[in-house]
Amino acid sequence: MLNLHGYGARLLEGALVTVELAALSLVIAVVLGLITASAKLSGRRLPHLIATLYTTVVRGVPDLVLMMLLFFGGQMLMNQLSDLLHARFGLDIFIDINAFVAGVVTIGVIFGAYMGETFRGAIQAVDEGQLEAASACGMSRALIFRRIRFPLMMRHALPGLSNNWLVLLKTTALVSVIGLSDMVRVATQASKATLEPFTFMLFVGAVYLLLTSLSEQVFMHLSRKYNAGFTEERS
Amino acid sequence: MSDSLTSWLGSWLAERAIFTPDTLAIYWQGIQTTLSLVALSLLLGFVISLPLSLARGSRHAWVRRPIQAYTYVFRGTPLLVQLYLIYYGVVFIEDVQESWLWPLVKEPFLPALLAFTLNTVAYTTEIFHGAITNTPRGEMEAARACGMSKPLIYRRIVFPSAFRRALPAYGNEVILTLHASAIASTVTLMDITGAAQFIYARYYAPFDAFIFAALLYLAITLSLLYALRRLESRFNPQLRGVRRQRRKVMFFGNAIPQKP
Repeated sequence: MLNLHGYGARLLEGALVTVELAALSLVIAVVLGLITASAKLSGRRLPHLIATLYTTVVRGVPDLVLMMLLFFGGQMLMNQLSDLLHARFGLDIFIDINAFVAGVVTIGVIFGAYMGETFRGAIQAVDEGQLEAASACGMSRALIFRRIRFPLMMRHALPGLSNNWLVLLKTTALVSVIGLSDMVRVATQASKATLEPFTFMLFVGAVYLLLTSLSEQVFMHLSRKYNAGFTEERS
Repeated sequence: MSDSLTSWLGSWLAERAIFTPDTLAIYWQGIQTTLSLVALSLLLGFVISLPLSLARGSRHAWVRRPIQAYTYVFRGTPLLVQLYLIYYGVVFIEDVQESWLWPLVKEPFLPALLAFTLNTVAYTTEIFHGAITNTPRGEMEAARACGMSKPLIYRRIVFPSAFRRALPAYGNEVILTLHASAIASTVTLMDITGAAQFIYARYYAPFDAFIFAALLYLAITLSLLYALRRLESRFNPQLRGVRRQRRKVMFFGNAIPQKP
């Protein structure tokens, strides 16, 4: 049947890298997305301009190009920085850009832009009356966000969020190109060593399919949770 | 003022020796490769998706199910994996190296085209299927009441109406296919990204090489968006006034589409 030629353990490790990478980038993306969305809705010109520039540039350029720019460019910046530190202060530290960190940051930055758009729409969809009622009750701004705005907003953000997460999960495959040992990279090496690309690529494809299907289940559960009390409106 | 600016610009350009006629020619090749890859896969994708989206909504499970399975698999796995599977897998098809196909599939262009087409067909089929299912019942009923035959209803009523509804999502797919085409550089195709990688490796100038590539993609994206918007307003004349107003209010940034 399925003969992985002893690559099974490494493939599983790679799958773990994929999942960790995706989860951590999601955290960064959500935080950046919330910041971007509030900047766009703040009504102040400078934050709005910066946020718009960020979302336009990131969404207008392929993920892979941004990833290479940040990874290779970041490494060069770090080298220059350590050269400078050495020349100025005699400090001898070499900063190596870790491929994992670079991957997390890049994917986070890329998807922050997409999340920003999702959250902007969702925040706008929250009923003003609810927020007024909350501030009339004397809640602080942080409490209003945590108790009122966020739960109400999630209902509108979830479809977009789930889409973005599925795309993000598949985008993690690209980190294999910048040298991170994720599932795809292990599979590529294994196919080259054993000359059996079908076995390994189909296996990796199946794992991705499993992950996306599982995520869909989780999002269905979440949407049931955040739609509580709105069931009539759901079609 | 302008003197110092030109001298500054001159020295800035002189430091960036990577933009020689040679490297620009490589980028130009890359632009041509990217554009032809994207255009061909979109064209093929559009033509194949039309019948598939109809069959996707078929009453018979044996027609519907395989297409559902196909779109499910191709939308659920990364394009990179699909491309690797096709590019590295094609060698192992029996006797392919002796057949007339070999000179074609040995180069990365055709495997990449095949992977991108299969991928975009999966997404486009779902987009068109969604648009066709959402055809207002009244439109169909009116057409039937006029005595139109089924093919005529599809040609005159369903397709135009569905295309109008599908256009925003389809435009999104067009942009995403452009962005996905960067992945072709991983199987040694010299598209824009491939050119940038080549120049980066030769001059060790990551910023210049990749930022230039990014600007090229941005320029193509924005021109595509402009064309798509023209197309949308052509198909939705009733929205023209609204759109013009909205454009005044918002910067073009918000118009760049979401991921699917």
